[in-house]
Amino acid sequence: MYRYDEFDQAFVRERVEQFRDQVDRRLAGQLNEEEFRPLRLRNGLYLQLHAYMLRIAIPYGVLSPRQLRQLAMIGRKWDRGYGHFTTRTNLQYHWIKLVDVPDILSALADVEMHCIQTSGNSFRNVTADPFAGAAVDELEDPRPWCEVIRQWSTVHPEFSWLPRKFKFAITGAAEDRAAVLFHDIGLKIVKGPNGENGFRVFVGGGMGRTPYVGLEIRPFLEKRHLLSYIESILRVYNLYGRRDNLNKARIKILVNQLGIDKFREEVEADWAVSPRRDTIDLPESELHRIQSYFAPPDLFPGPIVDEKVEQRRITCPVFANWLKNNVRPHRVPGYCIAVIALKQPGRTPGDATSEEMELVADLAERYSCNELRVNYTQNLVLPHVARADLATVHDELVRARLAVGNNDLLGDMICCPGLDYCNLANARSIPIAKEIAKRFEDPKRQELIGPLRLNMSGCINACGHHHAGNIGILGVDKKGTELYQISLGGSPKDDAAIGTIIGPGFRAEAVPQAIDTIIETYLANRIDGEDFLATWRRIGPAPFKEALYGAV
Amino acid sequence: MPSVVTANRLTDGIVVYLATDGRWTEDIARARLANTEEETKALEAEAAEAVKARKVVAVYPLEVALHDGAVDPLSVRERIRASHRTTLTKDWYDVPL
Repeated sequence: MYRYDEFDQAFVRERVEQFRDQVDRRLAGQLNEEEFRPLRLRNGLYLQLHAYMLRIAIPYGVLSPRQLRQLAMIGRKWDRGYGHFTTRTNLQYHWIKLVDVPDILSALADVEMHCIQTSGNSFRNVTADPFAGAAVDELEDPRPWCEVIRQWSTVHPEFSWLPRKFKFAITGAAEDRAAVLFHDIGLKIVKGPNGENGFRVFVGGGMGRTPYVGLEIRPFLEKRHLLSYIESILRVYNLYGRRDNLNKARIKILVNQLGIDKFREEVEADWAVSPRRDTIDLPESELHRIQSYFAPPDLFPGPIVDEKVEQRRITCPVFANWLKNNVRPHRVPGYCIAVIALKQPGRTPGDATSEEMELVADLAERYSCNELRVNYTQNLVLPHVARADLATVHDELVRARLAVGNNDLLGDMICCPGLDYCNLANARSIPIAKEIAKRFEDPKRQELIGPLRLNMSGCINACGHHHAGNIGILGVDKKGTELYQISLGGSPKDDAAIGTIIGPGFRAEAVPQAIDTIIETYLANRIDGEDFLATWRRIGPAPFKEALYGAV
Repeated sequence: MPSVVTANRLTDGIVVYLATDGRWTEDIARARLANTEEETKALEAEAAEAVKARKVVAVYPLEVALHDGAVDPLSVRERIRASHRTTLTKDWYDVPL
């Protein structure tokens, strides 16, 4: 992974001391809240329902065991012994005291971490394929490019006051595991006309109040021009993006109001005359320097079948279930990618206690070449596990109650913190997720249902990606009562789609039964081999509406 | 309907209410009730002073109901705030969602 150089280290330390001074001045009355608020937001500090919330950037979801241990320590010392992994692959602490924040930032800096640009109208954390550098379907590792963009965009003077926040996602694999088409800019590494790798560039995707699937602005961009081209996109957005209406300020609104063709024309015109085109694009030497930090670990190919694993698969259904759903193939024979689902029934999706973080850090050290990932579906990933170690890893996870084998099944719900924590939320989401998890707790039933993405948000800002869920749930406030709108048919993958609201909302206590009815309707209508999305696309909303609301 | 004034404490963000003795309390039962618009404005004015004095931030009034003398914050959001906890622990499962 990327390691800070002296400049990076000095810069982050300087920011910690700046913020320490800002907190001191706030407490001494030299700054009022209006003056302080933008400063704290620039450092990822929000005021939430019960306390301050601190959001820590986990660049492109990559963590070292040392960093995860430090996060565990911070949770134990300054929070309530746990943290919440988010759909932006960040970590949030929800019970933070303002007076402790400078010390927390200092502890983060000790392990090359920070909270810079995790809030405010700035470039947010770049997200990536969580299987980067390990996936069998990968054309090129996206992480060096994420790092290039991170370095370029951090405190970029021209783009420090964008109309609104800005989110990037990159994948270098055939399968989109990063919801790339739901980002302000989404990049897919693809083969060009001469067989060389480059970027397919999408722009204007997003969730929130007005969801859009990203549109292709360029089918192929030479890699060497990445920075100048995205700078031109940003410049056009910075120039024309609306600042008069918060709800219309994201680039997706501009792209869709202008139309992708006109937007492209503006970007290409800017790029053609960009005075910085030759100077901003990254020199090969610098790219190679960054790439060197992401060199693959030394893995020696081994047998793709391990007798011990096969024996255990037969004798232990829990292990077999975990193997089937949470273990994915690795590019090196004899190795696997293991997903640690933070989705045990009865627990808050995405939450991890300090003890669990420490255990996962230990596992990464012992069995995954010191590498760890966070994915946007709020799980952790061990990217390089030898097949022969899978049973041992599973045993450790069972002891820690982290061995649930529901990755990408119904139980693997995405869920925002909702009204239990969040100041913006209109309704609770976590208790609904738990009730649904309870109803579908039986792993055999989840297996029978097959792959299913169920996403839930407690407000229209859509941190829980409800628009992209095969089943999406949105909590709203209707005259003081929490009500839940259900949408069907969304997809975060290459066939990205926004879900369709199926009908009137449900009261909280009726949501699990409504989901059950939807699932039973799918099962009754599916043709062999179809997943939920395929059945939905074939039969449309009518059978679901009838099942939920009666004949119309 | 009576009102109380709530805020978050500056230093730690904890939910507090303006109390009968002029202090800020974490216990909504000890919050001072305003029964008229004028009384609410007086509470808000006092709270504005506390903001200037850097005791609290994010001040606002909220309507409450009284049940047998106990203060009920009415909305789910305000009940969660007043409880200083999430609704996620087991004993809260029985509360209608």
